[in-house]
Amino acid sequence: MSVDSTAEGDADGAAAESTDESAANDGGDPLVEAIDLAVSFGDCPVVSGVNFRVDRGEFVGLIGPNGAGKTTVLRAIKGTLTPGSGDVRLAGDPTADLSAREAGRRVASVPQETGLAFDFRVRHVVEMGRTPHLGRFDGHGADDERAVREAMATTGVARFADRSITEISGGERQRVLLARALAQETPTLLLDEPTASLDANHAVRTLELVRDLVDDGRGALAAIHDLDAAARYCDRIVVLANGGVHASGPPAEVLTVNALRTAFDAEAFVGRNPATGTPAVTAFDTVSSGGADSGTERATSRRLHVVGTGRTAARVVARLTAAGHDLSVGVVPEGDAAALTARDADATVVAAPAFEPVDAATRESAVALSREADATVVVGETGGGTGRDQGERADPNPAVRRAANRLIRVTDDVDAAELLDAVRGPGDGESSRTG
Amino acid sequence: MRAWTRASGWSAGLAAALAVVIVVSAGIGPVRIPPAEVVKAVLNAVSVPAGVETTRAAVGTLWLPGVGLLTLPGIDLTYASPFAYSVDDVHAQIVVGVRLPRILMAALVGFALAAAGTVMQGFFRNPMADPSIIGVSSGAAVGAVAFIVFPAALSATVTLPLIGAVDVGLSYGTGVSLFAFVGALAAAFGVYAIATRHGRTPVATLLLAGVAVQTFLGAVISYLQLQAGESLRRIVAWLMGHLSGASWSEVAVTAVVVPPLFVILLVYARDLNVLLLGEEEARGLGIAVERTKRILLAASALITAAGVAFAGVIGFVGLIVPHMLRLVVGPDHRVLLPTAALAGGSFLVAADTVARAGSTELPVGIVTAAVGAPFFIYLLSNREVHEL
Repeated sequence: MSVDSTAEGDADGAAAESTDESAANDGGDPLVEAIDLAVSFGDCPVVSGVNFRVDRGEFVGLIGPNGAGKTTVLRAIKGTLTPGSGDVRLAGDPTADLSAREAGRRVASVPQETGLAFDFRVRHVVEMGRTPHLGRFDGHGADDERAVREAMATTGVARFADRSITEISGGERQRVLLARALAQETPTLLLDEPTASLDANHAVRTLELVRDLVDDGRGALAAIHDLDAAARYCDRIVVLANGGVHASGPPAEVLTVNALRTAFDAEAFVGRNPATGTPAVTAFDTVSSGGADSGTERATSRRLHVVGTGRTAARVVARLTAAGHDLSVGVVPEGDAAALTARDADATVVAAPAFEPVDAATRESAVALSREADATVVVGETGGGTGRDQGERADPNPAVRRAANRLIRVTDDVDAAELLDAVRGPGDGESSRTG
Repeated sequence: MRAWTRASGWSAGLAAALAVVIVVSAGIGPVRIPPAEVVKAVLNAVSVPAGVETTRAAVGTLWLPGVGLLTLPGIDLTYASPFAYSVDDVHAQIVVGVRLPRILMAALVGFALAAAGTVMQGFFRNPMADPSIIGVSSGAAVGAVAFIVFPAALSATVTLPLIGAVDVGLSYGTGVSLFAFVGALAAAFGVYAIATRHGRTPVATLLLAGVAVQTFLGAVISYLQLQAGESLRRIVAWLMGHLSGASWSEVAVTAVVVPPLFVILLVYARDLNVLLLGEEEARGLGIAVERTKRILLAASALITAAGVAFAGVIGFVGLIVPHMLRLVVGPDHRVLLPTAALAGGSFLVAADTVARAGSTELPVGIVTAAVGAPFFIYLLSNREVHEL
């Protein structure tokens, strides 16, 4: 049966040679490098022009909307999919030149699910991770036993090592797959949604584990849906969208409202996770205002000034930012929830020390912002929270309200559709309703 | 190491069981022979090479330049029988001359079919797969039936230029087996070629191609049966599977072909385990997926062809024996493959003993199906069979 083999140049001799090369390459080359990678299924291009690299000691997150090609890119790196053009290099060598065995010693992958048809023991599945290290007639040596034991211990699967893979839960199974990848003892780990079916505790433990491995000098590339987790654990994030790399860089630079809007077609607010200090993404349903069915058509970005305090004003700021409006806020007390949220949103904030009279300069800058804004949004009855401080002190906000070109009052419990509808200008409101 | 230790333990036990089944079976028949006598007769028949002698009788001459004509002496191996028990001559003749070749053929065919079935079930990740799934059995049947229907057309004296008249006539038995063997491999290769695109052979495509080819070959067999006339009985007998009339020379051929192929399958048992994870994951774990699939397919097609060439289509051995053993020893092919093969041998010997023990002999295929199907149903209803 002579068949022209495709990406499977796998003479054992070639494997032995490239082992030497990889040893020589240990220093310089990135663990994974995609160079102008393009993949298409038939005539349908999935991704093109993908460039990125994963270095030692680096945890790279691959994010993007469904269908953006995250799994496709991972498959191209694994070598299970032949790129249409471009190159994937593992520690300097193109995957096409590596035998399956050699590739299996450089990259281990944790798939989303495994389709095991027969009931293997968990231990046996983890042992399969040693396959690329074993010769055809080798049994498991001491090294293999140790790798399997350690992998099962770190992932916490040792407890059910003798149960059948078909009997354990989906989350446990995912940890078994992670254990198998660890037993492979490769410098690079590829993870496809590693936390998709894990509970909160195990999701964090898994990512912490990957983080530890990376800190010990390995490299990891993970397709992650959980943007907060990506922001928290990854050194760099590669955003795949619209058939290519949309953005790439440290989480704080990449996870911005605008990037999320264009990449995910989602209205999202990027704040700070108070517990970790890392970017925290809140996505909103895209509201098609006016009840029109033109859901994808967005209101034009407006210059808005927000007057209000507390969590309700913070919520309004977040939602309007997510909708793409350009905001300013003030006057708010320093340290108020609205002020913090507005700062996360990169809005102009006029803040004054709490429990002190507002000086004239502060008031004037807020008035100026209100005056130049297309509209001023007042949250709550007065836009001033509890009202406890007002009256006795010079409240600056009546002046701010008076300066408004257009005054929009929203209640504390305004819902997103009402809010977005209220801030629409006459121009874009009409076009959306008629068109 | 653990797996191979387990495999050795199970295999030793099942090999002993196979020996017992063979001895018991050899004693069963119109003439009952006690097991002890069977063993003695078998041991008497064992002869081992004891020495080499040159004989005076020249077997040929060789002309070497400068030396002249050399007479080559014949070389004879002398055999010695290490055992000399006293056994009834008639009993010895029945055991060694009549029953043993048939029994050993049954053991070899069962061994081959069960091994191939195990590999196919793993390969297709489907416990309902059997060795015939890639068209091997249908191809063998077409080859055999064609020879049975048109023996004259297929074996004749042809005149070749330079060489002269060559008699390519085959004895009936050899012809059927040879055509079955060739037909089996042709069908398997056809299925493989249909399912392969750009060097990749998706398992699902292979399965469907197998079904399509089997259906087509089924039509061919039916047509040939219509044309068969007098030989219809022989066709039906072949299609049902039979082990009667197995000769020592056929046993020898099968015994030479089957073990090396089995060793190849055994060497790839670990790869087969990893393939069960799915092809992508197997590739990620360093398995050269397409090459491994080709080797597994080729070896199991050959070992199946060797089994069905002499014995005809014997169903259920390759389906049910691996399934039973998987329930007992688990899915690890390093243990499953040798145990299933040995159990397959025992199973077919036992089934064939039943087939020939009655007053009228049955085709063994009827016995395997009649025993196998209810047992399979029992397994399905009593053991939890994991859905796919």
